[in-house]
Amino acid sequence: MSIQQTLAALQVGQSARVSQVEAGPAMRRRLFDLGLIPGTQVTCTARSPAGDPAAYLIRGAVVALRGRDAGEIRVSLLPEPGGTA
Amino acid sequence: MGLTHTSTGAGAAEGALVLRRSGPDQRVVALAGNPNVGKSTIFNYLTGLRQHTGNWPGKTVANAQGRCTHRGRGYVLVDLPGTYSLMAHSAEEEAARDFLCFGGAEEGGGRRRADAAVVVCDAACLERSLNLVLQTLELMPRTVVCVNLMDEAAARGLSVDLEGLSRLLGVPVVGTSAGRGEGLEALMDAVEGVIQGPAPVPCAVTYPPPVEAAAAQLAPILADRLGDRIPARWAALRLLDEDPSLLAALTAASDWNPRTDGVVQETLLRIRMDLERAGVDRLALRDAVAARLVGEAEEIAGAVLARRNPDSGGRDRRLDRILTSRATGIPVMLLLLAGVLWLTIAGANVPSDLLASGLFWVQDRLTGLFTYLNAPDWLHGALVLGVYRVLAWVVSVMLPPMAIFFPLFTLLEDFGYLPRVAFVLDHAFQKARACGKQALTMCMGFGCNAAGVVGCRIIDSPRERMIAILTNNFVPCNGRFPTLIAIITMFFVGTAGGPGRSLLSALLLTGVIVLGVVLTFWISRLLSATALKGTPSAFTLELPPYRRPRVGQVVVRSVLDRTLFVLGRAAAVAAPAGLVIWIFANVQVGGLSLLDHCTGFLDPFARLLGLDGVILMAFLLGFPANEIVFPIIIMAYLSTGTLTEFSSLEDLHRLLAGHGWTWLTAVCTMLFSLLHWPCSTTCLTVGRETGSFKWTLAAFALPTAVGMAACLLVATLARLAGLA
Ligand SMILES: Nc1nc2c(ncn2[C@@H]2O[C@H](COP(=O)(O)OP(=O)(O)OP(=O)(O)O)[C@@H](O)[C@H]2O)c(=O)[nH]1
Ligand SMILES: [Mg+2]
Repeated sequence: MSIQQTLAALQVGQSARVSQVEAGPAMRRRLFDLGLIPGTQVTCTARSPAGDPAAYLIRGAVVALRGRDAGEIRVSLLPEPGGTA
Repeated sequence: MGLTHTSTGAGAAEGALVLRRSGPDQRVVALAGNPNVGKSTIFNYLTGLRQHTGNWPGKTVANAQGRCTHRGRGYVLVDLPGTYSLMAHSAEEEAARDFLCFGGAEEGGGRRRADAAVVVCDAACLERSLNLVLQTLELMPRTVVCVNLMDEAAARGLSVDLEGLSRLLGVPVVGTSAGRGEGLEALMDAVEGVIQGPAPVPCAVTYPPPVEAAAAQLAPILADRLGDRIPARWAALRLLDEDPSLLAALTAASDWNPRTDGVVQETLLRIRMDLERAGVDRLALRDAVAARLVGEAEEIAGAVLARRNPDSGGRDRRLDRILTSRATGIPVMLLLLAGVLWLTIAGANVPSDLLASGLFWVQDRLTGLFTYLNAPDWLHGALVLGVYRVLAWVVSVMLPPMAIFFPLFTLLEDFGYLPRVAFVLDHAFQKARACGKQALTMCMGFGCNAAGVVGCRIIDSPRERMIAILTNNFVPCNGRFPTLIAIITMFFVGTAGGPGRSLLSALLLTGVIVLGVVLTFWISRLLSATALKGTPSAFTLELPPYRRPRVGQVVVRSVLDRTLFVLGRAAAVAAPAGLVIWIFANVQVGGLSLLDHCTGFLDPFARLLGLDGVILMAFLLGFPANEIVFPIIIMAYLSTGTLTEFSSLEDLHRLLAGHGWTWLTAVCTMLFSLLHWPCSTTCLTVGRETGSFKWTLAAFALPTAVGMAACLLVATLARLAGLA
């Protein structure tokens, strides 16, 4: 049982698994290069002062994405280690 | 940071790389890898050169070469810009890919592909590095995989089974810690091995069956045409993908254009129809290829990585919270900027005074010598009062702040702070419809605007890159800092010194820089709404791990490099400028000196801007280098006044006040220093980077217009209000 949402809605500290990347061709390719393909686990690590962009841990590297770009990545939320998500 | 000849000034304006081998048996080795994995650090260690390194992705944007000798054999190493993949997106990634595919032009004609490639990986982020390794192996079997940053990985509790990795990849793998120089001998041994021995048979990624079938159909046809230039299977996969920039590069590098080759196009058409029937359209094919590479990298990394303790990035996340959070991100950024400026101003005071008294003591001795030798007055005037004195001003006023600012800034850069600045400021750039990486290019602009303009290559979107190029000059470069500092000290803080006063100076200077940054946002927004209309394109910004800066090295390198560079530029530009000023001041036409004629001509207009003719002329003469603007102002005033001893800022203040400087003159001069045309080197660089005269003119006119408008506004308002 998992909750579907976009990467942009992820709170700091939350993890999710990518289910679909809907970005345009150039961005899609860039995200794939960074290892962000369906099935990848990502964690939101920080938000900038304005809340947008946010930083995500992707396969060992931290990458910042703007909200409108992160909004094109569909994810399913993963339960937090000790929590009840 | 833009500290050496190669990235500041004329070096930044160099064109495409031309391989220079000193003999036919010298081997060419390409250093490729993801951004920020230590390619330039390895390159520097092996070649003894000082290519810039910095803890942020995108430091190197153009290919650089250097020589090294290993076991009696000569190698030409080529440091490539970082790239995540060989399916390039941006200018600097294309540079890397094209070198691996087609090699570089050679001195004396022809092209030469690398004899071997070294793919540098980040041990702490191996999975992603392996993606590029797998792509490179498809293109270059003679490859050595260098797993760098082993020390950092160990500190994070990660260990890499290098032998296992080598077995899985089918090529030699060497572990290194380039920061400490560890493992680099072994790396060169391995490079020698793959060049001398038979070509390794690397592992090949197997793509989904329809893709493999398609590649197998196309490859033999391409093999006929490409010969041994590039592997046919790789070329087939790229043609199926229709990567337009690669097709263009392929056509340019060989005499063969796949798009006009009937047989190839026919086969492609047939294959594409087959694929379509199998339900694989172009996008699906592209996704399948990319996903397969990621999957394979994940499997390999999983097999060779062992993690001792689970949490590795805790310290970085805590630092990120302080440096980028809503409550502290911006205050900390301003504090750091003000702190660096404060240290600069406070630290520069004493050496500045010492240098001034020393250099002017020498001037007196020189005068004595000329008198003793009975040298004619004009000779003494031209050489001592002209050339020598302007050099002395450049060195004493300009050099100390630069020699302090740079190491400090470089420390922040090495620590990994610059990408966090971009992260914090991105929201503003988003509103300006520009790219967040523009903040990185602005940071480089602090060092040298020409270097900043070249750095704009990290921005993928041409529209956003142009915005960054056109607005880079709104960040004051190191040649303008000292002028700003001197004026602030003389007119707004007082020259008495003391920590409180230098703190106030630092705050005022921070204000000036913030003004420049705010103007950058506004002008970027304006450009986005007019000449460069558009919406922001998607981009990713990597936030690398924080790293402890190598303090000793940073300080020694940047002080030495900076010192040498400034002295060189001072000699090259300031000396002739000093001569010109002296001649202008001493050649009389119609009862007035040439200088008076010129400044008199400029004066009415300059006054409107709150300046005077001398100041405006100094900015004009300072076109080749901003460092000489302030010294020229001083020289011009000195040449018309009575010659007394001038060696401290206090004397200078009196000199300027004596020539009618008020607080308004000071403000307008500072504004104009922040906002005027880019120096000649920057203009040339913009010309080369944009390839367009029109945009170069725009880069010249835009800050000039803004500066004139700002000065006119401030001067007029102040005068109307009766304040000046
Ligand atoms: N701890 C550690 N730091 C390293 C090592 N190698 C490089 N660094 C640091 O990593 C950062 C990046 O190094 P660079 O050599 O600039 O990386 P690059 O691959 O050339 O980066 P781009 O030019 O941006 O592609 C610098 O701050 C180096 O000091 C290493 O082996 N260990
Ligand atoms: Mg580099």
